[in-house]
Amino acid sequence: MRFLLALLPLCLPAAAAERRSGFDDMAPQTQAMQRDDSANPGMLWVLEGEALWARGCASCHGDAALSMRGVAARYPAWDAATGAPIDLAGRIAQHQGAPRLARESQGLLALTAFVAHQSRGLPINPPEDARLAPARARGAALYTQRRGQLDLSCAQCHDDHAGRRLAGSTIPQAHPTGYPLYRLEWQGLGSLQRRLRGCMTGVRAEPFAYGAAEYVEIELFLARRAAGMALETPAVRP
Amino acid sequence: MARVLLNIPARAYPGDILVIRTLIQHVMETGYRPDADGVVAPRDILRRFTCTYDGEVVMEADFSPAIAANPYLTFTLTATRTGTITLRWQGDNGFDQTETRELVVV
Amino acid sequence: MTPRRLLLAAPALLLLPPAARASQEEMEAAMRAFTGGVTPRPGRVSMEISPLVENGNTVPLSVLVDSPMSETDRVRAIAVFNQRNPQPHVITMRFGPRAGRAVLATHIRLATSQTLLAVAAMADGSYWSDSAQVVVTLAACVEG
Ligand code: HEC
Ligand code: HEC
Repeated sequence: MRFLLALLPLCLPAAAAERRSGFDDMAPQTQAMQRDDSANPGMLWVLEGEALWARGCASCHGDAALSMRGVAARYPAWDAATGAPIDLAGRIAQHQGAPRLARESQGLLALTAFVAHQSRGLPINPPEDARLAPARARGAALYTQRRGQLDLSCAQCHDDHAGRRLAGSTIPQAHPTGYPLYRLEWQGLGSLQRRLRGCMTGVRAEPFAYGAAEYVEIELFLARRAAGMALETPAVRP
Repeated sequence: MARVLLNIPARAYPGDILVIRTLIQHVMETGYRPDADGVVAPRDILRRFTCTYDGEVVMEADFSPAIAANPYLTFTLTATRTGTITLRWQGDNGFDQTETRELVVV
Repeated sequence: MTPRRLLLAAPALLLLPPAARASQEEMEAAMRAFTGGVTPRPGRVSMEISPLVENGNTVPLSVLVDSPMSETDRVRAIAVFNQRNPQPHVITMRFGPRAGRAVLATHIRLATSQTLLAVAAMADGSYWSDSAQVVVTLAACVEG
């Protein structure tokens, strides 16, 4: 009963001004799983990433706790090589000298989780880089654009109805605080792009291909919207 | 080799009850789940977990498909003397993995 | 946005056909196979699981049996059964001479709302049990 009472506030619409991580909307036992590194299955991927780091990255970057601290917090960032914004997984995947890793492959997820884990607890800190502004503006437009057979925009769910229940689960505010994260539904680790694909197919819209510029644009917008919120990688979500 | 995350104290006093926490990367495919084409994926699970300490059994566990993917298991042992803690997971398709940790009892 | 449209966005869960589910009878049969036909008495076992689960894929469960775990007064084994997964058995843990307390914690799967049963086999031949009702809310995985 006490448990049910604790859930009650989640059924009320979130106050517009108050930003909440998806963590705050989870059941207490899922929160406990995320908090406890020896029960959080996402830590298995961090461990895997640590081993890959020692083999292929440490020779140039040394101790990740020093060289990668804060890096994930400022992605997506401007990529001079391609003259376009890039997210963290993209940055690692297109790296010179590193093995070529496909989007959403276990190796890339593990490395991205390991690198992002070095920023756990740090505030999301989008770069003040004027070159990113047009892409971020396109991301904001994508966020408010209605799509799919259900003709719903991201904003309709995540701004207008955040905190309400959709079938069994609470609609979160869609802050990208924990990626890559372990989703119970996936029974595995997944990227923010996988999460966005899910939200698109959910409204019966054709999702963009992995790595598409549109995703990075949405990611840029979401990062700005969540600026200052703490990174949780590897988070757990239902 | 599957990734394994272990949380085991390295030192203890005689008589201490130690909490051992284990996570192992494994799909635990139930054998009941149809894929997109309606074809049921064959079962692929861990079936048996065994922990020994200093050569004697601490406990052994039998898993059914109801154990979640990336199996998590916590249990305890009583520290008596310095020795090796051995953890072994066995399952379908010849899965067999062993991890060991040294426990120093002072 | 209409509630109907929101509901449409919540797909059917990965529900198994009813034929693929265990039943109360199967759960009791599996339990009796563990106890050798003895009906366990309620008590000494405490099972902890959230009464309301947001996703059945990974549900934290723990079982603790009240026992000194001495040479003579000890728990031989703990088994957990379920009523409505495809198979009634979840886990059995047998304790050896080096066990600490009679406790286990794990993550389990629940196909739907149901009853769980934890049974402890004592060295003196007695059996004890605890049960729990769990409601699995529809995981609104919006993926279609
Ligand atoms: C029909 C309502 C709906 C729409 C439209 C929708 N989402 Fe979601 N979204 C959800 C729900 C519900 C969840 C919670 C996860 C779950 O249980 O499925 C979620 C989760 C998320 C998350 C994960 C937050 C976290 O804590 O990790 C992000 C990010 C997100 N959505 C972004 C978007 C974006 C961007 C769009 C537009 C392209 C979008 N969503 C469209 C309902 C929606
Ligand atoms: C041959 C040396 C070398 C290797 C090996 C290497 N890197 Fe790098 N990495 C660099 C250099 C140099 C830069 C910065 C210059 C640039 O942007 O290319 C960089 C930049 C990065 C960045 C962006 C940092 C930031 O501040 O934005 C990340 C993340 C990164 N590397 C991750 C990795 C990972 C993960 C691996 C292993 C798969 C790896 N690197 C292997 C040389 C290397």
